[in-house]
Parts: sequence; C-alpha cells; structure tokens
Amino acid sequence: MTTRNTTVAAGSDRTRPDASTTPVPAPRRRTGRRLSLRARLRRDWQLLAMVAPGFVILLVFSYVPILGNVIAFQDYNPYLGDNPLQAFVNSNWIGFGQFQLLFEDPAFWDAFRNTLAITAFQLVFFFPLPIVLAIMLHNLLSSRLRGFIQTVVYLPHFFSWVLVVSFFVAMLGGAGLLAQTMREAGMQPWNIMTNPDTFIILVTAEAVWKDIGWGTIVFLAALSTIDQNLYEAAAADGAGRWRRLWHITLPGLRPVIVLLLILRLGDALSVGFEQFLLQRDAVGRQASEVLDTFVYHFSIATGNYGYGAAAGLFKAAIGLCLILAANRVAHMLGERGIYSRS
Amino acid sequence: MTDTVVQQSPTRRGRRPVWEENPTAIGQGFKAVLLGLLVLSVLFPLWVILVTSLSSRETIAEAGGLVVVPKGIDTSAYATIFAGGAVTRALWVSTLVTVIGTAVALTVTVLAAYGLSQPRSLGYRWLLAYFLLPFLIYPPLVPRYLVVTGLGLKDTIWALILPPAISVFNLVVVRGFFQGIPQELLDSARIDGASDFRTLARIVLPLSRAVIAVVGLFYAVSYWNVWFDALLFMDRNDMYPIQRVLQSYLLAGQAPHTSGGTTGVTMPPTESIKMAVVVLTVAPIVAVYPFIQRHFVKGVLIGAVKG
Repeated sequence: MTTRNTTVAAGSDRTRPDASTTPVPAPRRRTGRRLSLRARLRRDWQLLAMVAPGFVILLVFSYVPILGNVIAFQDYNPYLGDNPLQAFVNSNWIGFGQFQLLFEDPAFWDAFRNTLAITAFQLVFFFPLPIVLAIMLHNLLSSRLRGFIQTVVYLPHFFSWVLVVSFFVAMLGGAGLLAQTMREAGMQPWNIMTNPDTFIILVTAEAVWKDIGWGTIVFLAALSTIDQNLYEAAAADGAGRWRRLWHITLPGLRPVIVLLLILRLGDALSVGFEQFLLQRDAVGRQASEVLDTFVYHFSIATGNYGYGAAAGLFKAAIGLCLILAANRVAHMLGERGIYSRS
Repeated sequence: MTDTVVQQSPTRRGRRPVWEENPTAIGQGFKAVLLGLLVLSVLFPLWVILVTSLSSRETIAEAGGLVVVPKGIDTSAYATIFAGGAVTRALWVSTLVTVIGTAVALTVTVLAAYGLSQPRSLGYRWLLAYFLLPFLIYPPLVPRYLVVTGLGLKDTIWALILPPAISVFNLVVVRGFFQGIPQELLDSARIDGASDFRTLARIVLPLSRAVIAVVGLFYAVSYWNVWFDALLFMDRNDMYPIQRVLQSYLLAGQAPHTSGGTTGVTMPPTESIKMAVVVLTVAPIVAVYPFIQRHFVKGVLIGAVKG
C-alpha cells in the first residue's frame, strides 16, 4: 500500500506549538508511512467506526453468500441440522455432480437459450431507442416542453415490475381496455399477455416503457458536451442535418454508447428477474424461463438448494468472464471501459 | 474516470441557431406524434386506472370493465380498502419497511461514504475495494436465502430492510459528492478540534442535502417496490408488503377479499378495488417524485460515470 504525500508535511496540528502561526493549514491526512499503526488507528478510528455498519452488512449479506456458493459442490440437505450452517456442515460433498446434472438438463438449456435470445433481441430493439429519444429531446427548442416530456417519461422507471406488469395487464390483458374495446367493436380480442410466441416482444415493450426515459439521461448529458461550433462549421460547409447527425452527434456519443454496450454485454445473462417470474404462469415455462428464474424454480421453490446454487454459480462465473472480456475489448478499442486505473 | 457533469447546453435553449435549416413539416409532425404517443403511453393508463378506481358500480358495468370517461366520483372502493383487511395491513407493512429501511440505509450509506472519502486514512484502499467489489459480483440467490433464514430474519421486516441497506451505486454517488467538498472546509473544522463525526454532522451533511434527498428517494422507492424478497422471506400473509398483495390481486387472478363482514352491504365492484390498489401503490411514488426530480439527473450521472 503506497500513499503519496504531495503536500508539505506538517505535524498533527493540535499538538504543534507553531500550528497557530503557520499560515497554511496542515493537510488533514498526512502520509501514513511514517506513522505507526497505533497512531494511525488513534487518528482514524472514527472513520473506521463509520465504515463498520456497512462493512458488516456487506460481509453478512454479500460476502458470506458469495462464499456460500460452495454448496453447489454439495448434496445440500436443509434437514441435516437446525439451521443452514449445521446443515451445511453435515451435508455431503459431491464435487461436480450438480453441474453434471445441470448440463444434462434440457430445462436448463431452454432457459439459457431464452436468456440469450432475449438479450440479443433487446440489444437490437431496446438499446438504440433511448439514444433516438435523447437526440429528439435534445433538439427540442422549448425547454419547458422538454422538461415536461422528461418528467413524464422518467416516471415509470420508479415503478416496480409488479406495477408495470399490472399496467400492461390492465391495458392489454384479456380483461383489459384493449380487449374490452375490441369486443365492443365485435372483434375477437388479441391474446397479448399470454401468448408464448410473442412473449419476447411483450417483455421488450415492457422494458422500453419502463426505462426508455431513464436511459436518455446519460445520452442527454453526453449530447450537451458536444461543441456547438462543430455543428455550425459543418453547416457552413454544407452538411445537412443527417450528415451532421452522422458525423458529429453520433461520434460525440460514441464513448457512452460503447460503455453502455459493454455493460449490457457483460450482463448478457441477466435479462431481468421479477419481470419474468411475474409472467411465468401466464405464458408458460417454455417461453419465459430465463437463467435467473431457473435458479429460483429449481432451488428455493423445490428445495433442491445445491442444484440451484450450481446453476447460479455457473451463471455468475460466465457473467464475470463476460464483463472482464467486454472491458478488455473496450480498452483495445481505445475506450475507457467500465473501470480504468486512475 | 472523470465526472463530467454538465448542464444542458445553453445554445439549444430558446432560439434556433441562424445556420440551422428550418425543419420540414413532415419531420416535425413525425416527431410530435412520436413524443406525444410516448407521453400518452404513460399518462393514459394512469388516468384510466385512477378513473376506474373512482367509478361507481354502474359506471363500470356500463363501460364493460375499465372506465375512460369519468361519470361522477365514487370513493367506495377506497372506503372498503381502508375499512381494514389485507390491503390496509400491506400498506402498513410497506410504509414501515420504507420508512425504517430508508433511515437505516441512509445512515449506513452516508457513514460509509464519509469513512471512505479520505484517501489517506488507514486501510483506505482495501476498504474501498471491499465496498466496491459487490458491484461486480451479485450475491447469489440460494446462499443469500440460506443466510437470511439462518439468521432467523424470516417473517420480519428486517429480512427486507437489512440485505439491501447498502447499495454500492448509492455509496458511490454519495462518496463522489463528499469528495467534491473543498478540503479546506474539513481542515478548518479539524483545526478547531472537531471530530470526524462532528465534521460529518455539522459541515458535510448540511452541504449535502440534495444528494441525500436523491439517494434517499432511490432507497425509499426500492423499499416500497420490494416484491421478490417478500416472496422469499415472508411466509405469513399478514407480513406481505403492498407489492405482494397487488400481485395476488391483479396478476394471480385472485379475487380481492377485504374485511370479512359482508352483512348485506353491497360490495363495490372488484374492478374498482383492484384499480384502487394500483393507485395506492403508485401514489407515494408520484407524490415524492416531483420534489426530487430536478436533483436526480445529477446523481445518476455521478453514479453512472464513476461506477
């Protein structure tokens, strides 16, 4: 651990007799290397105390579960003890048995396929929409109109998935407004909410409705950093609006687009969980099972914990590889990626 | 990464720049229709749901389900709901989870953010890595379930409150804001003999009202919206939060049942009760949203750029 001392070293300000005469206030945290651990503890114990509650919560609810993943290598039996810890100690270790079962399970591969299909579909039909909307909003001249539209379209982001799906059921469901209107007009209502064949369109529409506005925030910020003189110069050179869009606006958005694309690809195996769990009964498992719901249904819902943990661990491992790989690609493309050494 | 939080460019405000060509009528019309539809897709369902929840039995029967054009106001659905029963209890549970949860989460997050804002403090790098790592690795479902049940938190509100009480995203937002506070201010407090706790309470917090409001909203909304955790950890239906009840009313096709007493009183139509539950679930979010809205763009950007 190295910390660099860039300011002139000064003593602990309160004990130094000349502290009051020094015109420049002493730096608050001075270089740690020359102070003993005990002195640093005495100086920083309050900061450490502040960090403690968060530390404990992450330890208990993030780190212990992450380590707890090892039950994927067990034939975990919850009845082998009074609490999960005892059961864990008493359960048999079976190595990769759960994974073997998993890879032979057609239901698992269905879920895997569904997940990738939905990710790919949403990459094409969802990902570009906030960019388009952001450009449209940015070009609105009336800032009041823009503010109003933003206020309205950000709102659904704060709705729970239960609410979003309820809204869709109320509008498009079998007893919803659309079906009601169609029946009145003497037509056969469409089967939207329960049709497995169009489910992928439905979930994408829901995701768009919920998050298209929210997704514009980052792009709007990027748009506002583009130098307006570029547009003027391009216009003077005879570039029309579409050429300006292609040669100035889109390149200006490139870093943000790449960053978000990487994040999305790194998260390719997560397509949303509650959204699918909520609609699983309505459209059936074939179309709606994704990896996350698979983990739930084949572990907690059925009591087969080790199996579900194996599926979860498999997903997490692939996910981590994906995000690291995506970041790597970004660095190779000369973009900043998700994290960089600062 | 640098945080480039920039205001909307002033040049787009108000007038069209002289060099820009006039828009075509088709382009303008296309844009207006698109944006109009988008706004309507949010406002129209809200309107229909609100109107239906306030409609009488006759109006609903006449409309054949949902009501678009209101005919008088009938609050009997709300009266039935608030007479007691599953929805009232769930609203109470959700309110409790939201209020206590937001207070706990804000406390934990603000403390940790300040504790992690001094780069030269003891163990800084290790602690920072410790706090940021969960951003990359999600806590896995099955072991998380076993930990929470193993701690005996099942069927208590703490099962919903404690696990999400520190979100890395919100931590990064608050910490980023704290680091933007001029170091001289903190130094002067220190010279005057203020402890870290005192500095946080007297100097940092009063400067951070906006960011705390935003992060508080994020926490409050996520606690109000909690559904799956309740499915996992709440077996007793008197501990269901509102989202769970909403789901069972609207999505699981279960007939809404409120307080048992059906002694000859005509119950309002279930359609209006259903929609009233939706309204009650949306209402708190819509109510706090305008106050915080102008702040959150900034918060999101800090988080997005630094995350």
